[in-house]
This record gives sequence, C-alpha cells and structure tokens, in this order.
Amino acid sequence: MDSTVMYSLLTLGGIASVFAMILYFVAKRFHIEEDPQVAEVESMLPGINCGACGYPGCAGLAEALVEAAGKKDISGLYCPPGGGETMGAIAEYFGLAAATSAATVAVLRCNGSFAHSPRTTEYDGPSSCAVAHKLGASVSNCIYSCLGEGDCVTACNFEALYMDPTTGLPVVIDNNCTSCGACVTACPRDLFEIRLLGKGKKPRRVWIACHSHDRGAVAKKNCSVACIACGKCVRTCDTIVKAISMKDNLAYIDPDICIACGKCVPECPTGAILATFPVKAKQEDSGEPVSTGTENTH
Amino acid sequence: MSKTFPMGGIHPPDTKIAAPAAITPLPLPAEVIIPLGQHIGAPAQPIVKAGDKVKAGQLIGETAGFISANIHSSVSGTVKKIDDVADPSGYPKKAVYITVEGDEWAEGIDRSTTLKKEITLDRESIVEKIKAGGIVGMGGASFPTNVKYMVPEGKTPDTLVINGVECEPYLTADHRVMLEHADEMLVGIEILRIALGVEKAVIGIEENKPDAIKHLKERSADYPGITVESLHMQYPQGAEKQLIKACTGREVPSGKLPIEVGCAVNNVGTAYAVYQMVQKNQPLVERVVTVTGKQVKNPSNFRVRVGTSYAACIEAAGGLPEDTGKVISGGPMMGMAVADLSIPVAKGTSGILMLPKAESVRPEVVHCIRCGACVSVCPMGLEPYLIEKFARADKWDQAEQRAAMDCMECGCCSYICPSGRPLVDYIRVAKGEINNRRRARAAQ
Repeated sequence: MDSTVMYSLLTLGGIASVFAMILYFVAKRFHIEEDPQVAEVESMLPGINCGACGYPGCAGLAEALVEAAGKKDISGLYCPPGGGETMGAIAEYFGLAAATSAATVAVLRCNGSFAHSPRTTEYDGPSSCAVAHKLGASVSNCIYSCLGEGDCVTACNFEALYMDPTTGLPVVIDNNCTSCGACVTACPRDLFEIRLLGKGKKPRRVWIACHSHDRGAVAKKNCSVACIACGKCVRTCDTIVKAISMKDNLAYIDPDICIACGKCVPECPTGAILATFPVKAKQEDSGEPVSTGTENTH
Repeated sequence: MSKTFPMGGIHPPDTKIAAPAAITPLPLPAEVIIPLGQHIGAPAQPIVKAGDKVKAGQLIGETAGFISANIHSSVSGTVKKIDDVADPSGYPKKAVYITVEGDEWAEGIDRSTTLKKEITLDRESIVEKIKAGGIVGMGGASFPTNVKYMVPEGKTPDTLVINGVECEPYLTADHRVMLEHADEMLVGIEILRIALGVEKAVIGIEENKPDAIKHLKERSADYPGITVESLHMQYPQGAEKQLIKACTGREVPSGKLPIEVGCAVNNVGTAYAVYQMVQKNQPLVERVVTVTGKQVKNPSNFRVRVGTSYAACIEAAGGLPEDTGKVISGGPMMGMAVADLSIPVAKGTSGILMLPKAESVRPEVVHCIRCGACVSVCPMGLEPYLIEKFARADKWDQAEQRAAMDCMECGCCSYICPSGRPLVDYIRVAKGEINNRRRARAAQ
C-alpha cells in the first residue's frame, strides 16, 4: 500500500480515537439524569408552545406535570388547547385523577360592523391594531370598537380567527379555538374574552357583544347595536339566576352563572346581546333573526 | 457656520407661506368649546355649571394635581353644558361649552396695548401668577409652565433658553409673535429670567427668519441679560434637548430634565403669554394659530380665542380647499391628522395645516434595506429600524434597552426612510408598552 495512504490513515485514525476517548469520558463525567417521563408527557401535549398553561411552552408544563405527579396530585395543572382529552390521557399515564375544566372559547365583545357602526375615518397607517390604537381613537365614532386591522388573526396560531370582509370584524371558528388567549393579549381594545363554550351538542352561550363604556345616548349614536346600559337584561335575569351585572355603562353576563336560557336576548332594545342559538323575538319586534357573530361548526 | 445641534436632524422644505401674513384677530364665534384637559397632566376640575354667566378671562376650571393647569373662559356668555368633546386624536375629553354673548372681560384684566415694562413682583409671586393664569408651554407639548420654574433642591440653573426656532415646516405663529410683539415678549423673557433666578437668557432663532433675528437684536439692546442666537436650520432644533445643545453646548442626559444642566426652556409664545398674565392680568385664553396649506386661499396667522372650532379658522382663511387630503393639527412633522373639524383650538394648537391629497398619502412600505439613513438622522442617536423590529416582534425589553424611551417622535426617521417604513408609529407603540410595563413594575 502507498505509504502516503498508510500515514494518513494512521494519523487521522489516531486523532479520531483520541477525540472519541475524550468524548466518552466527558459524556460519563457530565451525565445528567433525565426523567424519561418528561419526554413522554411532552409528546402527549399539543406541542404548540402557546403558553396558555402559564409555563414557557409544552416542555415546561411536562416538567411541572412530572414533578406534580411525584407528589400524587396533578389537578392544579391544565392544558387549555389540549383540553379534557389530553389531560385525561396524561392522567391515565400517571394513574391519577385529571384536572377537569369545562371547555372554553374566545368571544368577541363587539358587533360594530360596517352596517352597525358606520366608518367615519379613513385609516391609512400600517395594518396593525396596536398602531391604529396609538394614532387615533377609531375608524368609526365609537372609541371602544374593533379597529379591524386583524392583530387577533395574526396572533392566532390555530386558524381559529378570520376577518369577515363584509362586516370588518373578526370571526371565531369555535372548533379551532383552543382558548389559548393569544387574541385576548393581542387586542389593544381588550375585546376578546375567554368564556365557557356552553353545554349541548350545539353549545349554548349568551354574551354581550359590546365593550362600550359610553353613556347610552352616545353609545347608541355611535353604534346601532351598542349596550346602552338600560338595565332591562339585568332586571330580566334578576328573576332567573342573577347572572347579569351593570358596571360603568356596560352590562356583563357572568358565564359561570348564566344558564343560557336566552330570556335576556329579546329584552335588549339594541340587540347587543348575542346567542349561539336561535332566540324567539318578542312579538312587537320586527322579528329579525338574531345574528350569532360566531361560526359554529359543531 | 452658525450653531446647531451636532447629531442627526433633517431639513425638510420649510414652506413658510404664511410668514408675511400679519396676525389678525379671528371674529368671535357663536359658541366655544373649552376642553378641561388642554395640557400634559391631570385635567382641570370644572367650577362652573350649565346656566352660569361667565366673563372672558374668568376661571372656569381649577388645577387638579401638581402637574395640571387652570382653565379660563375665553369669551363672555352663558355656560351651555359640560360635556365630552373629541381631542385631535379623537378621544373624548371633558369640556365646557359656552354660548358667546358680547365681549366682556373679567375685572382687573388690562386689554390695552400699552407696554408695561416695570416688573414689580418677586420670584415666588411670579411663579404663583403664572400658575394662576393657566399658562402652559405653547410650542406644542403644553407642559404647565409654572412647574418648570419650581427648581428642585440642589439644582442651580444659570441659563434661560427661549425657543424661537419654529423648525416645523409651514408654521409661522412664533415668527409673527417675534415680529409683532417683540417688546412684550422681551418683558416676558425678563419675567421668566427673574422667576428662574438667572442672569442669562438666550433666544434661539433659525436663520430662515432673518427679519426676526434682526428685529429682536435691535429690540433686546436694552436688556443686557438677553442675547439672540442665530441658528443653522435643522429640524428638530425646537426640541428642548436639541435647542439646549445648540445654544449652550450642554447635553441633557438620557431620561433627565433640562434643569440637570442648569437650563429651562420656554417658547416665545409662552414668554408673550407670561407677559400678558403677569403685567396685564390676562390669563391664557387666546393664542396665535397658523392656518395654512399650499392650496389655501389666504394662508393666515390668526389670534384665536381658545375653544374656537377648527372649522371657523379654516373658513376665515378662505375655506377648505377642494383637493384636501388631510387636515393636520400642528405641523406636518409632529402634528396629527384630525377626523372632525368641529373640534376646538386648544392652548397648544400652533397650526392648522391642510395638505393636498397627493401629499397626504403614506408611501408604500417595502423591506428595510439596512441603509442606516434613520440612524444617521436620529437626533437622539437611536436605531429606529431596530426599535421598529423589536416592536413588531413584541420584544419590549430589548426596545427599552435600546433607549426607545428617549425617542421624542420627531419623525426624522420616517421622513428619511427610502422604504417608507412606519418607524415612528411602531416606536410609539413600543413606548406605550414600555410605559405600561414600567408602571406594572413600580406597582409591584
């Protein structure tokens, strides 16, 4: 054999074995004992690192779960996007009781569409609600309304939101929404709220689709479907479950108390209360169907 | 070469088309809407109610806090109601609506034009009187003037800097005040000099106003403490820190106030308002407003009572040109487009600018080409392209580390950017977010 090839093989082989030895000893010396459970639990989680659980990503929650499992109680931890299914699987893996939490969904608290709240201002700045919110009050006269630039859609990792070009408002696709809360943080006007999905095959829920703290007359002038704080819904609900409260010129339905009976919906003179199910209009009303403002594909 | 500040800055076409127009009083409107929050700080508390008769110059809103200012009625008449009115950005603010009846002034106010030179008051009573007169900085930020003259313990001011720069294109209100009210203004500067307890006062004026420089040099000959400094044209020289650097060579440290380097800065319009209050007892109820634009029939400088609507000012200048794309409150660099012309002129409204459609559109936004133009024009030495990137990525800590809070939103970066990027818009978002986080940290 050519001596050049020989020498090359010997030299390179020698170097390689020296490094292999070093690597072997380093690996032995600095070995970190890793709990194989963490990796397994992590693989059960959705793997989208949304942070809705309060930990910095799925690995963080997996570690916390394994640690909690060591103390025989994982009921304090919950993965909102994974929901009951994921938590059930993890609980089964540990042989413990799973944390239960009713399914939730993001809900838009504004119905100021082009038709309901006519646009008075042309916005030509960067397509970002955060910038628009800093620059001026609104595109319509309501200073609480949706700016329609779609920061929520950009923030959503699950394609659960899209802008409806006919209304200028975002629409939540219930089936895709994991209620991770990204849209809640993204909206500079705080228009999204994570609410209970509701019971039933077609989940029933009722909410106030308005976030205006303006006085009734002003709110009504700016938007035809604004909450005018008349208190009719509060009085109606007070005879049923007392789920509705009035604060700062705005009614609020507590989802934990609301039984989604829908009695308040036809009471509202402006139609600011929306429901996911058809509600029979009162006799004197024009009988217009109540818009649901949400795409429900259940 | 004449003095200027050393870092950054631009020189947009100054377009001072209203400069030759002498100050003319605007006819009294039928109704005024006087916002209770015309200044930085807490809005004033109304002390009148619907149905009350008020006289011009009468106190109608009292200060509510350390940084706040009194509000006076600018007309005589009857209070119609106290209700919300939109500010230039569209957000509602409490305001007093007054129906105008005649023009009767409150007792003690001297409306004559005779010059009163003798300053009889001492330091404390001057500051007290400035506070009573509701005087705020008239260069645009509307910071309550009396607060600037409450020198904190351990600081020894030595120079009063007077801002006659008016570096914003189009605006000529300060220019006209310097030409037509030089004597009153100089007395006002003397008063401020006494209030600050210093010997020296410097008036900084840009070279594009040679008539004002000449006039003030002549008139100030009687005042040994006052010097007139002719400055090279460079926007934003009217900014406090830049003006101090240009006039005195001192640099105000990041996040600190001018008093740190022994200076206080006030606008020429403020000096005139101080004269009116201290010598003539007239509170700040009117100001000079430039109403201008390339297609405006008569670009004018009006003496406007606070609370008069923008629409009335525009009407007096020959009406809204057909080709108007945006109406700007203030100058083209830092002013904001208004959505509604029924909003009132406030103490800080320096100009109403009507931009033609072609000039009021934003450029198309393309990618940053890393040319560094924004860095080279930033007068605060920031990296606007980087702060914009951080703001777009929600990286607020990094934006704060890169001194986003030092940005004064002068707009040089957005002006110069060849890619038309909305740099200031995003820096403003970052500043808001950093402020929120600082408040949250402080609350912990």
